[in-house]
Amino acid sequence: MSQTTTAPTIGFVSKKTDVRWIPVIGLEVHCQLKTETKLFCSCRYEFGASPNTLTCPVCTAQPGALPVLNREALALAVRVAVALGANVAPRTKFDRKNYFYCDLPKGYQISQFDQPFCTGGGLTLPSGKRVRLTRIHLEEDAGKAVHDRGDMTLVDLNRAGVPLIESVTEADMQTSDEAYEYLTSLKEILQYAGASDCDMEKGSLRCDVNVSVHPEGEGWRTKVELKNLNSFKNVKDAIEHEIERQIEAYESGDKSKFPVQETRLYDATTQTTRTMRSKEDAHDYRYFPEPDLVPFHVDAAFVEQQRTMLPELAEARRARYQRDFGLSPYDAGVITGSRAVADFFEMVVKLNGNAKETANWITNGVLANLSDPTIPAKTIDELPFRPHDLAELVELVTNHTIHNNVGRTVLRTMFETGKSPKQIVKEQGLEQVSDEGQLEKWCREALVGKDKVIADVKSGKTKAVAALMGPVMKASKGSANPELVQKILLRIIQTEM
Amino acid sequence: MSGFADYARLDATALREAIVSKRTTASQVVEAALARIAALDPELSAFSTVLADSARARAKELDAALARGEPAGALCGVPFALKSNMCVEGVEAHCGSKILAGYKPPYTAPFVQRLLDEGAILVGMTHMDEFAMGSSGENSGYAVAKNPWDTSRTPGGSSSGSCAAVAARMVPLSLGSDTGGSVRQPAALCGIVGFKPTYGRITRYGLVAFGSSLDQVSPFTRSARDMELVLSVISGADEHDSTCLPLPAIDPERSDSIRGLRIGVPKEYFASGLDADVRAKVEGAIAKLVELGAATVPIELPHTEYAIPTYYVVATAEASSNLARYDGIRYGPRTNGDGSLQSMIAATREAGFGPEVKRRILLGTYVLSSGYYDAWYVRALKVRRLIRHDFDEAFKSVDLIACPTSPTAAFRLGEKTDDPVAMYLSDVMTVPTSLAGLPAVSVPCGTVTLGGKQLPVGLQLIGPSLADARVLRAARVFEDATQHQREIYALAPSVREGAAR
Repeated sequence: MSQTTTAPTIGFVSKKTDVRWIPVIGLEVHCQLKTETKLFCSCRYEFGASPNTLTCPVCTAQPGALPVLNREALALAVRVAVALGANVAPRTKFDRKNYFYCDLPKGYQISQFDQPFCTGGGLTLPSGKRVRLTRIHLEEDAGKAVHDRGDMTLVDLNRAGVPLIESVTEADMQTSDEAYEYLTSLKEILQYAGASDCDMEKGSLRCDVNVSVHPEGEGWRTKVELKNLNSFKNVKDAIEHEIERQIEAYESGDKSKFPVQETRLYDATTQTTRTMRSKEDAHDYRYFPEPDLVPFHVDAAFVEQQRTMLPELAEARRARYQRDFGLSPYDAGVITGSRAVADFFEMVVKLNGNAKETANWITNGVLANLSDPTIPAKTIDELPFRPHDLAELVELVTNHTIHNNVGRTVLRTMFETGKSPKQIVKEQGLEQVSDEGQLEKWCREALVGKDKVIADVKSGKTKAVAALMGPVMKASKGSANPELVQKILLRIIQTEM
Repeated sequence: MSGFADYARLDATALREAIVSKRTTASQVVEAALARIAALDPELSAFSTVLADSARARAKELDAALARGEPAGALCGVPFALKSNMCVEGVEAHCGSKILAGYKPPYTAPFVQRLLDEGAILVGMTHMDEFAMGSSGENSGYAVAKNPWDTSRTPGGSSSGSCAAVAARMVPLSLGSDTGGSVRQPAALCGIVGFKPTYGRITRYGLVAFGSSLDQVSPFTRSARDMELVLSVISGADEHDSTCLPLPAIDPERSDSIRGLRIGVPKEYFASGLDADVRAKVEGAIAKLVELGAATVPIELPHTEYAIPTYYVVATAEASSNLARYDGIRYGPRTNGDGSLQSMIAATREAGFGPEVKRRILLGTYVLSSGYYDAWYVRALKVRRLIRHDFDEAFKSVDLIACPTSPTAAFRLGEKTDDPVAMYLSDVMTVPTSLAGLPAVSVPCGTVTLGGKQLPVGLQLIGPSLADARVLRAARVFEDATQHQREIYALAPSVREGAAR
């Protein structure tokens, strides 16, 4: 930042004026719910499907078609509310938000205006900071307008009607890091609740930011809304840029340059924002109660049912893995980074009872393979093998049936073929050989002509024997028990040569 | 081939009976319907589409099924027509609007499917006021239907074509939609039976929305017993419409008596503005009800005078939003404008909507606008509750309410087209019931003479919520005792010919 420096406490102290500027940040996050069908019709949704193939009279707004609420979406939304400690309203309704756009087939979005299904709640960031939620409401997604086809704009209505929850925070955050942490924590909770994939690249999580700055001790000033933030990093960068822009604007002393209430679009390539629409251009959405849907009741029993369906969340699992399994905070963090990985980990541990080794094999083996572009599986859900197989592999290594390095090869083969570790070991003859007669034969062959090594060992440099390990392992196709090989080699050199 | 000779003399119940008893065939009946449409519709303009080929094919199928001894549906072989705001897969549903010219829905409304499943045969789609906004049929983007009693007069609206089609005996059954009286008022003006059920008794899925909290599919028949039959087929729960009540179909009452029924007579409906001759006919009808064993009770519905303004806030607010989807993007004709999206939408809507629809979209947009919402929309909802409360109070002491359906007999085409408020006031007797969501029927109760022509008058019977079967029973008992539906109107002899019972 050109004219400001980061202070150890909250805010930015201007070098020019010595004023401490305090940012005020609030987030609005839209998440697609992972339901079988859309919010008001029985169409499925799948990211990347061929355009306009996942549609019906309801989600393409054919005349005469009517919405019917998907109870599964309501259940997931309530589960999220419970996970975030929010209050679920016993009675709520939908409203129409009216505006014209080509991706909005009905000319209105079915949303919730003055009676969201839940209010309050919040989450505590790893730093200990508490971010309160104002409300969460349920609404339908719009379709997608594709503008990059020459003169034409094409409309894909596959996404139209997909359930969204919009969560709005209080303006409790003061740094871009807090906003980043908030998004990470929220994503983790929604993923664990099984409510959303929260994948910004696939548009299943979208975030708008409200930012203002004011001199320490003074009241809040005009807020600016930022849109078009396509990654958590974009959110962080855009906030930093916007804070800087606003401080500079105020410090210029030129009132015509002061921030105004507006919506600004972030451009990630230039890392700048530009005006999208001013307050004067703001839509009058003409909200009114949706007459096609009757107000609905969410009774306490339903809320409790969703509470019982809520799995143990990441934070609780991290603590338990460290406490009960003795995992390092790092390993516990990596494994709980995704609920699918954590669930897989627990299933393996249930089978082999060896949490530490299993954690090693997941963090260094399974996840490393998943990030290898030559492996077709990209996520834990796409693994070609089952928890049972990984449990077996860990067992084969820990009981010395195969060597650790061989285990890595076997895992790779599991990724490539989906075969069980035992089968792979058997087929490729990888079982570790501990038969001393056989090992001694390979060792004697390896010693032929290695006078220098022999001399070194005999002179006390026992480490020199390592040079012989390779040929032995090669002769055994990697199956020789390396500890025994070393022992045998030393014995032969020291007692016979 | 002109088909079944008795066609125009029989109601749906009798036609089915004639087919099932092999006195005629579904094919003969369809031929008679098509012949009658061909003869009369050039003068009446009830139909916008006639589906001759598919009707003939369906009749053939039904006849074959009957010949194989398969059971006959409740409406086996009964020809029917639909208002053009109802969806049948592949059949143009233009809603009387240029903006939906050529629009063929990709799905069939469940209420239509239920008719088809019982063997009813769709013979055509009918003209209407654009998006059901109007009381005379004159707001059509296509053709203006005429009253079969006097073709210089309106058949009423907005379900003008569906009403004229039944009144002229082109079909024994049609469906209209009633938002503020669009079935009851034309039924009264054309001398047939029109019934709006309790809001939520018939699914709205597949009925193109005008005022969602008011719209109800509402049939036209020439007899009260047909109305009971049709309701028993098309009413009842439907999973596609959240506002459709989770109740079984309306079960017609077996009783042939109205003895002991307490009938409320609301003084507000007999005030100034009610034509004296119409009043005399309705009072005569109420006297007849007393003669049949009912007792009358004077009642008050004090908020009646606010019904029209309330309706024109609520209905237009909903319409302004319901009609937002007609943007030229997914269906209907498109006008490109200057090439921008906003301009394309504006130009499409400018070219596609008629003046009354535009007026109502503007009204509705205004009452929902920030700063006006509370003063207009929220207040209208409060008054709507008061109007409903009026009825609730009245029904504590009466079983039904009797009043006129329309303050006048059929007015001349062109008479009110320059005065929208005068047109709105022709629904003054039907709108309160719509706001309250109550079941109400219009049955013929005699004729008055205007300009040398006889014109029918309708008696409106209103019931408490869900008392649909009681309303229909009273209509049937009244009809059986009076036989007004047999009165033959004084149109061209061609209409009268073959229609007398």
